[in-house]
Amino acid sequence: MASVTLSEAEKVYIVHGVQEDLRVDGRGCEDYRCVEVETDVVSNTSGSARVKLGHTDILVGVKAEMGTPKLEKPNEGYLEFFVDCATPEFEGRGGDDLGTEIANTLYRIFNNKSSVDLKTLCISPREHCWVLYVDVLLLECGGNLFDAISIAVKAALFNTRIPRVRVLEDEEGSKDIELSDDPYDCIRLSVENVPCIVTLCKIGYRHVVDATLQEEACSLASLLVSVTSKGVVTCMRKVGKGSLDPESIFEMMETGKRVGKVLHASLQSVVHKEESLGPKRQKVGFLG
Amino acid sequence: MAGLELLSDQGYRVDGRRAGELRKIQARMGVFAQADGSAYIEQGNTKALAVVYGPHEIRGSRARALPDRALVNCQYSSATFSTGERKRRPHGDRKSCEMGLQLRQTFEAAILTQLHPRSQIDIYVLQADGGTYAACVNAATLAVLDAGIPMRDFVCACSAGFVDGTALADLSHVEEAAGGPQLALALLPASGQIALLEMDARLHEDHLERVLEAAAQAARDVHTLLDRVVRQHVREASILLGD
Repeated sequence: MASVTLSEAEKVYIVHGVQEDLRVDGRGCEDYRCVEVETDVVSNTSGSARVKLGHTDILVGVKAEMGTPKLEKPNEGYLEFFVDCATPEFEGRGGDDLGTEIANTLYRIFNNKSSVDLKTLCISPREHCWVLYVDVLLLECGGNLFDAISIAVKAALFNTRIPRVRVLEDEEGSKDIELSDDPYDCIRLSVENVPCIVTLCKIGYRHVVDATLQEEACSLASLLVSVTSKGVVTCMRKVGKGSLDPESIFEMMETGKRVGKVLHASLQSVVHKEESLGPKRQKVGFLG
Repeated sequence: MAGLELLSDQGYRVDGRRAGELRKIQARMGVFAQADGSAYIEQGNTKALAVVYGPHEIRGSRARALPDRALVNCQYSSATFSTGERKRRPHGDRKSCEMGLQLRQTFEAAILTQLHPRSQIDIYVLQADGGTYAACVNAATLAVLDAGIPMRDFVCACSAGFVDGTALADLSHVEEAAGGPQLALALLPASGQIALLEMDARLHEDHLERVLEAAAQAARDVHTLLDRVVRQHVREASILLGD
């Protein structure tokens, strides 16, 4: 992650504040910063979303392309993740490590049957399927990357519109794929069970949700919990140099589930409200 | 040759513009708070974001430090979902390196590097659709101004092409893909000096002046727009400061 230099006095100040449930910007330990989500910002993708969480800025684009299904899952399509760090802390090759780590985490959290119904992405078994390339662009790093990225991925998948195709089979048995004439005729993915990541950073004896860069510099260990809207945990990972007590892990997981459910509810209401504004909605993008 | 008519008999282009007309430009400065300077520009469907860091200590090898000037470092990276077909590598490929070098050449001509010896200025451009170089330069100019780095003049860029005896300004992706001659021009408007000139494909030298003039006029029009954006931004900033 991007690092920020803090003096010992500043670290002590942050740690003491967290013990009293009061963070530097006045939030409580379980409060998120103000999140701005906007979908459909990039016009030539199947779906896109931009998330601004404090100083963290993420842009996700989803492109649907046709491919062949994987051998072990012939009736399903699949998702491919790619993360690009465009900030200059990661000049040249430096961002690749962080990008690979985030991409692998995204693969892990989507690696179960219930997150996305991959059978809807199948066109004809063993031959054609939709492959969704989810590309994450990290524009600005202001702490708490995983959460912002998972929110953006969920919003982008909600916004994704995959064109409806029909497979026509003629007498010789050769198949032809026909795209529907109407450009608005498309299938949408159900993102009910798509999980979001909640990162809990251990600072002193307590843990905080949505840490800024300064708070991340004070914490020795964090727990990434991937939670669905129903509170089901799909993946859990400990990151950081320090070690965690088993009891703290259980506490952090409970907090993660609680916070995750609230996060999902608000995200759901925001994207539905945005969608209800219809195609005439004023697109703000980066101009606002 | 069958296909799209780039310039109709009535003088309209594929997207309905006239020969010398620019696409709609919208821009904003100060998009990212953590960067020293940042800007976003939309030219039609092309969207470019520029982020500037510096002047700061040279990162990496100290040996690259120039004793009398600042080092301008430009990196161009293009999002994987930006083009119609998904691109695999966002940066590090030949086109991105070449674009980075071109941007560097353009901005070394404009930035007063003598004022900041032994320092580095990074320009990162993330581009999201066809019509690349011009949008990148315009975005980078705004970002450098937002960062407060002294420049000789604005750097305004535009592309131009030549079809059926008429010079077209500000080519869109469709017009670029048609394969005709393309000229990319970066201009310092006050003095009329050219910072970068690049041309692809064959063009008879008799037509060069007309195409160059079309590009220069378009760049001056872009300058008017960018000037307005900068003044608006400064006005907003001074209102916030309560002047």
